[in-house]
Amino acid sequence: MRKNWWKVLASILVLYSIIGGFLIPVPALAILHETIRNLYFHVPMWFAMLALYLISVVYSIKYLSSGDEKDDLIAVESVNTGIMFCFLGLTTGMLWANITWGDPWPSDPKLNSSAISTLMYLAYLVLRNSLDEEQKRAKISAIYNIFAFPVMIVLLFVLPRLTDSLHPGNGGNPGFSGYDLDSNMRLVLYPTFIGWILMGVWIMTIRYRIRLLENKLNNHN
Amino acid sequence: MKRFLSVLAMLVAALQGFAQQANEVEMATDLRSSGKIYVVVIVVCVIFIGLILYLFSIDRRLKKIENRD
Repeated sequence: MRKNWWKVLASILVLYSIIGGFLIPVPALAILHETIRNLYFHVPMWFAMLALYLISVVYSIKYLSSGDEKDDLIAVESVNTGIMFCFLGLTTGMLWANITWGDPWPSDPKLNSSAISTLMYLAYLVLRNSLDEEQKRAKISAIYNIFAFPVMIVLLFVLPRLTDSLHPGNGGNPGFSGYDLDSNMRLVLYPTFIGWILMGVWIMTIRYRIRLLENKLNNHN
Repeated sequence: MKRFLSVLAMLVAALQGFAQQANEVEMATDLRSSGKIYVVVIVVCVIFIGLILYLFSIDRRLKKIENRD
C-alpha cells in the first residue's frame, strides 16, 4: 500500500473534483449557465490524454536508445489509454457543444484538428498491428510516435489559436483564465487535472502489467 | 395622445423584460436551496467510489498473479 499512495491521491482528488465541481459556486454567465461546471469534467479528459501521449513519446525515445521491449510496451499502452480519454473528451465535448453552440460538431478549427489527431493516433495502433516482426514493429512505431506527438501539439494547441475558434482562449476569444475563471474555479480545476492524469497513469500501468504477463505466458509456450 | 402613451408604455414594458432577461442568468439555485443537489452529488460519489474500489481490487488480483512466479 505504501507504493500505492499516488493511486489513493488520484481517487481523493477526483472525488474532491466531483463534490467541488457540483457544489462550489461558479460565475453566472449567459449561454453557459450551469453547464460551466462541465469545465471540471470535460477539460481534464484532454489533459489526461495529453499526459499519456507525453509518457508514450518519452518511452518511444527511450526504446530507440535502449532497445528494451518493456519501454515499447509502456509506449503502446499509454496510447491505448490516451485514446480512451480522447474519446471521452470528444463525446463530452459534443454533448456540451450541442447545448451551448447549438450543434454537436460545429465546424470549429479545434474540433476538426482534434479529429485529425485522433485519427493520427488510431493510425499508430493500426501501424503496429500491421507489422509482425517484433523489433521492426517497435522501432517503426516508435519513430512514427515521435513524429505524431509534435503534430498533435500543433493541431490542438497552436493552429486553433491562430484562427477563430469557439473554444475559450483561441483566436482572440478570451480564455477562461482571462476574466471569468475566478479563484473558486481554479481551486477545483487544478487538483482535478492532477487527479485525472494520475487516474490515467494508473489504468495505463494495469494494462502494461497485463501485457507483461501475456508476454511471459507466450514465451513459456 | 392616448394611443401614443399606450405604445410608449408597452415599449417600456418590453424593454424592461428584455433587460431582465439579460441580467438574470438562469442557474440551478432552486435545486441548491432545496438541498436536492446533494442527492445527485452523493449518487455520483457512490458510483465513483465503487469504481475506484473495483480498480483497487483488479490491481490486487494482478499483483497476486505477478507474484505467483
